[in-house]
Amino acid sequence: MTKKKEARKIVFSSEKEMPMVAMSIGSMLYNKTGAWRNIKPVIDLSKCIKCGICWKFCPDASIDIVDDWPQINYEYCKGCGICAEECPQKCIVMVEEEK
Amino acid sequence: MKKVIMGNHSLSYGAMLSRAQVIAAYPITPQTQVVELLSEMCADGTLNAMFIKVESEHSAMAACLGASLAGARTFTATSAQGLALMHELLHWASGGRMPVVMGNINRAMAPGWSIWTDQNDSLSERDTGWIQFYCSSNQEVLDTVVQAFKVSEKLMIPSMIVLDAFALSHTYEVVDVPEQKKIDAYLPPFNPPFRIGPDDPHAFGGLTSPDHYMELRYKLQKDMEKVPALVEETGKEYEKLFGRHLGQVDEYLCGDAEFIFVTSGTPGYTARVAVDELREKGIKAGNLRIRLFRPFPFEKVRSILSGIPKVAVVDRNISYGHHGIFYQEVKSAVYGQPHPPAIFGFIAGLGGRDITRDAFKEIADHALSRSRAEEEIVWIGVKK
Repeated sequence: MTKKKEARKIVFSSEKEMPMVAMSIGSMLYNKTGAWRNIKPVIDLSKCIKCGICWKFCPDASIDIVDDWPQINYEYCKGCGICAEECPQKCIVMVEEEK
Repeated sequence: MKKVIMGNHSLSYGAMLSRAQVIAAYPITPQTQVVELLSEMCADGTLNAMFIKVESEHSAMAACLGASLAGARTFTATSAQGLALMHELLHWASGGRMPVVMGNINRAMAPGWSIWTDQNDSLSERDTGWIQFYCSSNQEVLDTVVQAFKVSEKLMIPSMIVLDAFALSHTYEVVDVPEQKKIDAYLPPFNPPFRIGPDDPHAFGGLTSPDHYMELRYKLQKDMEKVPALVEETGKEYEKLFGRHLGQVDEYLCGDAEFIFVTSGTPGYTARVAVDELREKGIKAGNLRIRLFRPFPFEKVRSILSGIPKVAVVDRNISYGHHGIFYQEVKSAVYGQPHPPAIFGFIAGLGGRDITRDAFKEIADHALSRSRAEEEIVWIGVKK
């Protein structure tokens, strides 16, 4: 699978064209930061008790609650594993990414 | 309305009248009452602001930066070791163009532990890209908070309001607390040119390659250079509304002076007593109090000191291995200028030792009895 590169490098030719701070020019909605991930959390919903602890602990707000159930947003999840560590039911496992 | 309040509460009332929206601070003597009063104002609804409790000054400034970037008017206060702990984030505030306003109560750096005033804490942050105002009365503290928000938010550069421990922080003075609606007419709501938010998400402070880093620093310096004129403009506007001028410097009898004490903070008022006494003896003395230290008010200092025969710079600070810091700065400002004065550097009052009227007499005697400075540092009051 080839990775489609959407970002492009911008080099300004004058300070006058630049914003006053180091900031992304484009919207970060297009920057899917989950691409860094090496391992990913997978939830076994048959054991989930919908306690919401994974949602609360996720440091990157990459777990959504959909119809009461947790759902990982893999576009932003970086695979830190905090959800798997904190889950009281141990129903989240970290699985190696394969590309 | 006139109130009798301490300098710390002058900062609190200044932040209240400026309608600060987020306050995050950690207590440290002699700053503590600043945030105590603000926390009470937040609790009883006098001030509609979010008060964020934190576990250190580093976190306090971090919370302020996030809030500022989200578009909130943000205030904090600290002293000495607390300011030093914030150091990394002071660069974030200025480099990230977040116009936080902070009160710093000058307190000597440990060790030995001290809670008393000297300027080495704030002057250690000279090169962090913050605007620095040094105040000498409780009234000036309150007024400068409001002015600082106006200047900072226009140029997106943070400001530090500096006042002496105890000589101002815990000393009660009569302060005119202006009406809220008049302050509102002077200080519009904060409306930054960029902000962090979910509707149009941008990343801030990210990796900046050698292609662009230098341009960002150039832009910060160019905006810093606009501060002196903006301080004059906002100071005159403030004077029209409230009758008190807030300039880059404060002059006392400098017009016809032959000898000028250059001071900052509260010793300026003591210097003026010495000036009056010298004038009674027929010596035309004056006092130049530097209010705006960063950016340095080059034009004002040059024009006032040009042609003055002798100038004594009194520093309540020291750059170890160099000299008093205001002395360095004044010398560099007049270097190469026409008719530079003979400049004498004095270090006095470190760690909160009083700089008395007699100390100013000693300084005047030293400078007036010599044609030029024989040593770079003249220590006043050291038990040798």
